[in-house]
Amino acid sequence: MNDPLARTLRAPAPEARAAARRFADRAAAEHEADLAYTTIPSPLGELLLVASPRGLAQMHYLDEPLELVLETLARRRSPRIVESAGALDPWRRELDEYFRGARRRFEAHLDWEAMAPFQTAVLRATVAIPYGATSTYTGVATAAGNARAQRAAGNALGANPLAIIIPCHRVLRSGGGFGGYTGGLHRKHYLLELEALSRP
Amino acid sequence: MTHSLPPFQDLLERHSEDVWRTLRAMVGVQAAEDCFQETFLAALRAYPRLRADSSPRAWLLTIAHNKAIDHIRRGARERAQEIEPAGAEAPAPDAEIWSAVAGLAPRQRAAVALRYIGDLSHREIAAAIGCSEEASRRSLHDGLETLRRLL
Repeated sequence: MNDPLARTLRAPAPEARAAARRFADRAAAEHEADLAYTTIPSPLGELLLVASPRGLAQMHYLDEPLELVLETLARRRSPRIVESAGALDPWRRELDEYFRGARRRFEAHLDWEAMAPFQTAVLRATVAIPYGATSTYTGVATAAGNARAQRAAGNALGANPLAIIIPCHRVLRSGGGFGGYTGGLHRKHYLLELEALSRP
Repeated sequence: MTHSLPPFQDLLERHSEDVWRTLRAMVGVQAAEDCFQETFLAALRAYPRLRADSSPRAWLLTIAHNKAIDHIRRGARERAQEIEPAGAEAPAPDAEIWSAVAGLAPRQRAAVALRYIGDLSHREIAAAIGCSEEASRRSLHDGLETLRRLL
């Protein structure tokens, strides 16, 4: 008797998947979860978007396995993470427009909370660099209030948690060199090219 | 760092089907959705306090059990008695099993579900139901005895 009982009780429950998705979407929308994420395709490969109730907290090129990135996120920020495409919609839309050359400024909210003060100052100075223009490490260090902190500015840019949206690709070396880029120089090149071609 | 919890999404993906099955057995298909949402909401809220060395599966099924019992107690005695079969197209033996399971006392139903769906140990079942290990063994035994008689 036990076998038919176990078989019946353990019969597949395909409804569970949809119920789990409904749960995750609601937990994200009602801010019960601390973080919501989704992945989206882009001309530069798959992107991982992570939002907190305050706004977009992270955006990375997904070059590592997703599980590893999420584990790190759980350890460093909060384990209360759910997947919800809907929760990331405003930023996904803006990125689509950006990659089509139809958007020059990102407007949806960003979450600056987890950043250290100098990094915040450097990244805010970076956001102020106009679309299609470039600055230098000295330039953003100066704008952040410490002209001599180019190296620290470089580190702050290298650790930019919001690739593309905080346009660290617009920061070049003073001598005209390309400088570095955490996502790889081919991506920096692509973004600068895109912006140069779409410039008004 | 003494411990680290995996992203909650992991638990959701790994255990949602067994949570659903447990609730289906305890409260029926109709009420399973609401209990499922309540279960994971309660789990998400309490998650940071979960000890990383405890079994998230037993923990989730315990919460599911509690939500199912809440549902049954909410004056839903009648509803709890009539569990709908898993699907309209369920073959005859399935329908018989569902109605036999639905007829069990809630504690026996819980013990059977946690054992056969959750694959929990007697100790974990006792902790989930909130009784002694001996009492949970007895509930399981009595439940299976009743089912054996009916089927």
